Amino acid sequence: MDISSLDLLSYRETPIHRLDPRAKLLTTMAFVVAVVSFDKYALVTLVPFVLYPVVIITVGNLPLGTLLKRMLLAVPFAFFIGIFNPLFDRTVVMEVGSIGISGGWISFASIMMRFSLTVSAALILIATTGMNGICMGLEKMGAPRLFVLQLLFLYRYLFVLTDEALRMSRARSLRSFNEKGKEIGVFARMTGRLLMRTIDRAQRIHQAMLSRGFDGEIRLLRPLHFQPRDAVFVAGWTAFFVLSRIYDLPHLLGKGMLEFIA
Amino acid sequence: MSHHIVEVKDLRYTYPDGNAALHGVSFRITHGESVAVVGANGAGKSTLLLHLNGCLIPEAGSVRIGDFPLNKKTLHHVRRTVGMIFQDPDDQLFMPLVHDDVAFGPLNLGLPPEEVEQRVNDALATVGASHLKNRPPYRLSGGEKRSVAIASVLSMSPSILVMDEPTSNLDPRGRRQLINLLCTFHHTIIIATHDLDMVLDVCSRTIVLNEGRVLADGPTFDILADDDILDSSRLEKPLRLRVCDFCNRQINAG
Repeated sequence: MDISSLDLLSYRETPIHRLDPRAKLLTTMAFVVAVVSFDKYALVTLVPFVLYPVVIITVGNLPLGTLLKRMLLAVPFAFFIGIFNPLFDRTVVMEVGSIGISGGWISFASIMMRFSLTVSAALILIATTGMNGICMGLEKMGAPRLFVLQLLFLYRYLFVLTDEALRMSRARSLRSFNEKGKEIGVFARMTGRLLMRTIDRAQRIHQAMLSRGFDGEIRLLRPLHFQPRDAVFVAGWTAFFVLSRIYDLPHLLGKGMLEFIA
Repeated sequence: MSHHIVEVKDLRYTYPDGNAALHGVSFRITHGESVAVVGANGAGKSTLLLHLNGCLIPEAGSVRIGDFPLNKKTLHHVRRTVGMIFQDPDDQLFMPLVHDDVAFGPLNLGLPPEEVEQRVNDALATVGASHLKNRPPYRLSGGEKRSVAIASVLSMSPSILVMDEPTSNLDPRGRRQLINLLCTFHHTIIIATHDLDMVLDVCSRTIVLNEGRVLADGPTFDILADDDILDSSRLEKPLRLRVCDFCNRQINAG
């Protein structure tokens, strides 16, 4: 399956991969909150945040191509959210040469920028921590157990379920000719059938769990150790995000440069 | 040791949809026996198996595991004694990593971490799957999944192993490895299967179910050589017990 290839990256051994999942979770959250909290015309001020994915991808030795491909999958969502802004917001806020650029286009660019930043942060988190690590971290940080379990099971059976759906769809298309057999009604019945199968499977899994002494609590034998280096990682990045949020770093840098030259 | 005994008396079960699966099944399996439960599709094999570790509670009749009659109160003890290996390893392996799955049972038994770790390693070594310890189950091959599923039950050190179609979906080599593995076990083993050739290798005794009743119960060889029994329960003689009609045809033609 395609989705799991990202998860596979989490088995690599790099300084980033060795960090405690909680450290990466916290940093990712701080990053996302910081990026999202800018006002809607923010563009240049967002630039310093590019540093985070760039550093993690480099140190974590992640394949850029794989990550970009995953990001492209989500692009349409952000694109259609943002694309109407230039139509509604036509006030010219800036001129490059003789071309006036409206606020709409700036906010559209800002949405795309924020989208790329947050999605890449999320993908990087999965690629360096793995779904299981994330769930373990969430649980240790006090997320409701039930929720974490749901997430774990969802991830575990996603592949089984997509395989099942794929087989059903293949079976249908093999016996469908021309447009016959592809009606919406058939699709509805197949979905129902898939739901029934899922319930059956859930029942069997529950039986298998009960057979091995399940009493409502899932116990995991994997101690996590939050070490000084994890604290440094979280504190360092968070401080950087906060600074970049409060101060307009590119602006300050530019001013500094100008003063330096002068 | 009486706790390895499985005794089923006049067991009856009807599914909620009205489908009667068992009409009075009785047998007694003693310590260290390996028993095959065979029969046509829908003969009641799976329903019977689900009763052996309390996934289903008897409606009428009784199931005794060792010194305990199976009921809601003894469920915990029975599940500790009887290790159940399901037909589809994907149902059995629900944890994120192989290691977690094999540790699931022992952790639920409340064993200390070192003991759990020891048992996980031992169980995986027994089925020859130590190298799979840190892999997610959905990335394993069918044979690997089956081995790990068996390890996940062995780690609880059950006295009795119950298996539903253990050789289904395995390639010939995987099937052979499984048979060899099963032959090394000293547990009481109960296997529901259609693979009668495997039964010849692994099980000394065979129980034939037919429409929810025991049609025959005896030494494997006697039963699998009996054409009448096999015929009336929709089974076929295992290949190794047949006179090779293919060779005969070749000889006659030549």
